[in-house]
Amino acid sequence: MIDISLVLNGKKITDTVDADSLLIDFLRDHKCYSVKRGCETSNCGLCTVLMDDTPVLSCSMLTARANGHKIYTLEGLTEEASEFVGFIADQGADQCGFCNPGFVMNTIALLRENPDPTDDEIRAFLAGNLCRCSGYEGQLRGIRTFLDSRKKEA
Amino acid sequence: MVTIDNYVRAQSLEEAYELNSAKNSRIIGGMLWIKLSNNKIKTAIDLSDLGLNRIEEDDKQFSIGSMVTLRDIELNESLNAYTNNSIRNSVKDIVGVQFRNMATVGGSIWGRFGFSDVLTVFLALDSYVELYKGGIIPLSEFVNMKRDKDILVRIIVKKTPLKVSYSSVRNQRTDFPVLTCATSVIDGVYKVAIGARPKKAMLVTDSDNILASGVNETSISAFAEYVANNIPTSSNLRGSSEYRTHLIKVLTERNIKNMEGIS
Repeated sequence: MIDISLVLNGKKITDTVDADSLLIDFLRDHKCYSVKRGCETSNCGLCTVLMDDTPVLSCSMLTARANGHKIYTLEGLTEEASEFVGFIADQGADQCGFCNPGFVMNTIALLRENPDPTDDEIRAFLAGNLCRCSGYEGQLRGIRTFLDSRKKEA
Repeated sequence: MVTIDNYVRAQSLEEAYELNSAKNSRIIGGMLWIKLSNNKIKTAIDLSDLGLNRIEEDDKQFSIGSMVTLRDIELNESLNAYTNNSIRNSVKDIVGVQFRNMATVGGSIWGRFGFSDVLTVFLALDSYVELYKGGIIPLSEFVNMKRDKDILVRIIVKKTPLKVSYSSVRNQRTDFPVLTCATSVIDGVYKVAIGARPKKAMLVTDSDNILASGVNETSISAFAEYVANNIPTSSNLRGSSEYRTHLIKVLTERNIKNMEGIS
């Protein structure tokens, strides 16, 4: 067992975990249910969280490795997400919605890194977020509409 | 499924080496490949505290720590300026940004995986590996060595004047490649690294001097044929041996034309 201390959604957490505990399980144990278990082969992006502001796959990250770091899940970033998720919903982009939290987390990372991405840059950045209901065009339209509306407001 | 009994963040390379000498100990890089394996790991050794997550540069070389991520080399402007964006092109379709934020250059090179875009592109450069006990050796030599208990510390890329180009074929973006191809010319010597054949990448040089008397459509085509004849391929669910051999010719031609500015 390993003692760890990390900052989860702005709150300091200390705990004891198994050496092979995965971050996704640790986060769900701490009631962060937005973090979804999908492919478990590091491919689908459902389990995306931000570690020190960088998007990572919590299904493939040892909890011990997150020791001393700052972790954000969607539960801690609802205000930032609320700026654009309505635009995605308006496009009917997500049907079952299971991919949505990981998709939103990675979109937050994208917009922090590149506030005015082109459509190709959006596609490239979000290529690691799989959605099996849609053809991704709805999500792209939603983000594009959000970016365009933000420009109009400026 | 992988199980881990102990997790240690090594505080020195010597500590990591000693821990790794024990049976069933493993150095973990991004841990993305290990996670997919069936492994009972006694001690997982994490190199995160050893400052190996930096790309250092001087006027002679790039020194890439083994814990540098694929995303780091994708975004490093200097490395990509030197390689004509070949590094960026080699990693941009590897799964997604989140994956590339975790996968390490050291893990990719140490693994000598057949599917590796990273191994392919570095093979075409004037590159070396720095091993903790084994010292600095050319990557072209390291790629054929058996895995042992040494530790990959850095990948060194000499700033030798060169031209380089990279391309791959995938059935779908983010999938494993069907074939990877990196070409370069260093001191007038043309080299081609082919990976995902599907075995690990291998290097072929223009030892018959096919391009020595001039680089044109005819000589490029002849060289591509020579490369295809000297790189063994085999079949798997992503593509047949015949298809891969055909791709070797196509990608070699394209890359050399791209390097030489021939449209």
